[in-house]
Amino acid sequence: MTQDFVQELGQELGEELGMEDAAAAMVASQPLLQVNELTKHFPLGKGLFGRSAGVVRAVDGVSFEVRAGETLGIVGESGCGKSTTARLLVDLIRPDSGQIILDGQQVGPEMSVREMRRRMQMVFQDSYASLNPRLTMEDAIAFGPMVNGAPRQQALALAHDLLFKVGLEPRRFAGRYPHELSGGQRQRVNIARALAFSPKIVILDEAVSALDKSVEAQVLNLLEDLKGELGLTYIFISHDLNVVRHMSDRVMVMYLGQVVEIGPVESLYGNAAHPYTRALLAAMPSMDPDRRTMEAPLAGDPPNPINPPSGCRFHTRCRFAAPVCSAQQPPPQILRDAGHLTACHAHVPGSGHPGLESAA
Amino acid sequence: MSTPLVDINNLHVRFHGQRTVHAVNGVNLTLAPGETLGVLGESGSGKSVTLKTLLRLLPENRTQIAGDVRVSGVDVMALSGKALANHRGGVVSMIFQDPMLALDPVYTIGEQISEGVMRHEGASSREAYARALEMLTRVRIPSPERRLKAYPHEMSGGMRQRAMIALALACKPKLLLADEPTTALDATVQIQILLLLRELQRELGMGMIFVTHDIGVAVEVSDRVAVMYAGQVVETGSVRDILRSPQHPYTRGLLAANLHGAQKGQRLQAIPGAPPPLDTAPVTCSFAPRCPVKAAGCDAGPPPNVTLAPGREVRCIHALGEAQGSAAN
Ligand SMILES: Nc1ncnc2c1ncn2[C@@H]1O[C@H](COP(=O)(O)OP(=O)(O)OP(=O)(O)O)[C@@H](O)[C@H]1O
Ligand SMILES: Nc1ncnc2c1ncn2[C@@H]1O[C@H](COP(=O)(O)OP(=O)(O)O)[C@@H](O)[C@H]1O
Ligand code: SF4
Ligand code: SF4
Ligand SMILES: [Mg+2]
Ligand SMILES: [Mg+2]
Repeated sequence: MTQDFVQELGQELGEELGMEDAAAAMVASQPLLQVNELTKHFPLGKGLFGRSAGVVRAVDGVSFEVRAGETLGIVGESGCGKSTTARLLVDLIRPDSGQIILDGQQVGPEMSVREMRRRMQMVFQDSYASLNPRLTMEDAIAFGPMVNGAPRQQALALAHDLLFKVGLEPRRFAGRYPHELSGGQRQRVNIARALAFSPKIVILDEAVSALDKSVEAQVLNLLEDLKGELGLTYIFISHDLNVVRHMSDRVMVMYLGQVVEIGPVESLYGNAAHPYTRALLAAMPSMDPDRRTMEAPLAGDPPNPINPPSGCRFHTRCRFAAPVCSAQQPPPQILRDAGHLTACHAHVPGSGHPGLESAA
Repeated sequence: MSTPLVDINNLHVRFHGQRTVHAVNGVNLTLAPGETLGVLGESGSGKSVTLKTLLRLLPENRTQIAGDVRVSGVDVMALSGKALANHRGGVVSMIFQDPMLALDPVYTIGEQISEGVMRHEGASSREAYARALEMLTRVRIPSPERRLKAYPHEMSGGMRQRAMIALALACKPKLLLADEPTTALDATVQIQILLLLRELQRELGMGMIFVTHDIGVAVEVSDRVAVMYAGQVVETGSVRDILRSPQHPYTRGLLAANLHGAQKGQRLQAIPGAPPPLDTAPVTCSFAPRCPVKAAGCDAGPPPNVTLAPGREVRCIHALGEAQGSAAN
């Protein structure tokens, strides 16, 4: 489907620009990262009498693409598989199945994991745990390039450069240890450490979630500056829908290990199609004292991904659920806005679902 | 005017240890019965320490506390023995971000709630279990009879949060202290807990101090808001006043840095710098190093705490002009 579109675009451009430019245009429109049917099930510990107690379907057939220069936001409740997806992308855990295609080359057969990791770096939430307490900041940042063969002097010069780039005066901060920094400063160092590999993609997994609001705003501004300056591409994971809205060009919504909706940020926030996305957005606290939230959009906790519900996994909490919803898994459906997709029977003509207007 | 439920006057809390920390530096707070005060501030601003003082939960040997702290007119600092035990849980209760701070892993939920009811009210074991069941139903824990016999680790995160609330409210306290109880929860669960607290607070006629760093959360639960910075309350007012006409430069900065409704591509108005270390007591305005409207007089001494209207106070030199302006009107 996307492939056809690219070819069509190529042909159109070919007529306008001549064949060589068309080839260049096609390369440019090829996604920087393509993820196909990524799956990871964690076996649960053995139950009583050696019976296996089942599997956690942490990530279950996730497909998406990321274009060069964009920020893709990923949202969803705790346990829906955001971090597992991120960890699969950088090979911190091995997928059960699925493909990861970076720059047109499939990781594994066509691109080594080492090379992939150089091009795709990750920053975690817990900045304290991810820094070695016995390394100074300059050594922490220089470590990666040195492992990759850079001479120490050159790696240290790069570290000072990067400290400056993330807003930490090298003369004051290069020699400090993690406990001598604030949370916001540690997170800046973590960003610098990721950038030391000159990656194309940076995956930020709740990278600002532990910071205070005033510091969070500083780090978000820094991330935007770096992105422009270094031509980076971001995958931005957060449970904070306001932050994701501010940072992202496109947003992907996950529920119980699957993608339920993906689309351009304005279209997704302004015109959410999936009942789960709508509930997530409605759960955001109101900022108007005269219009407080009167009713919780969802009851109960997010279910866990052990033995997830049949059909549409959201049907146990969805107020629009119809008989077809527990019987069949909804296929991804393209909506009016180009690039806005959702997996919900209510949006599939002829599915047997009466639609979201009729059920309310 | 009737006695306020909470009346804190010029509270100072200083910790001694490896480092000295001036955690609270002259806090004044009042709360009317049945009212909810949201306390907003970033980490380290003294929110938790202020709440813990109301329950006398701070380590006494390393903590120096000065000032007047009253709950329903009773001097909290003078309590001891039985009176202090009754104060904790009977008059004032607290809920936390981490429910395991309040729940004991080795007792069932039913045992923990009923034990408190027997201790504070002298109820029989049967009456106490009936109350425990009533409370679990009230906080909408599914299959409450079964959950009475459950241990904390057998429950999901949101359910543990509800169990902690049931435990805190079982003896119908007059005051609930809520220290970021929804910070670790998903937004979908957070809003359920906020609505539940709002409902229980109304039904039980209880006062609540709700600490949070999230303005949206404060808006959902509070009547009034106090903004804390570096161990001081820098601004108080109704939630509408604080949101619509913030006066203190820090409050303004917080609201401007806030992402609610922020659009893609807009640069965020971040407050530069970081909060001060608290190793010395403040002698001038603690916000001065980050303040965009710092004036010549700001370095001369502590900023005045200006009362603009009853319940509307701002600790900033610029508020003086504001107060004169509104007095002239
Ligand atoms: N190593 C593991 N072994 C077993 N289960 C795991 C493992 N790692 C993750 N899981 C489970 O997989 C599911 C998805 O977890 P994941 O960490 O990806 O969630 P998340 O979306 O990042 O959540 P959060 O918002 O809390 O960070 C969860 O149910 C989690 O408990
Ligand atoms: N028991 C303690 N001993 C020493 N310092 C403490 C103690 N409790 C809190 N502090 C310090 O007091 C300051 C205020 O803390 P706190 O009230 O917990 O902040 P918050 O506003 O984040 O709740 C911080 O600098 C903190 O490190
Ligand atoms: S497929 Fe059915 S249950 Fe699932 S979200 Fe759509 S309407 Fe709800
Ligand atoms: S007193 Fe001065 S430094 Fe402090 S907030 Fe007001 S203007 Fe800024
Ligand atoms: Mg995660
Ligand atoms: Mg605290």
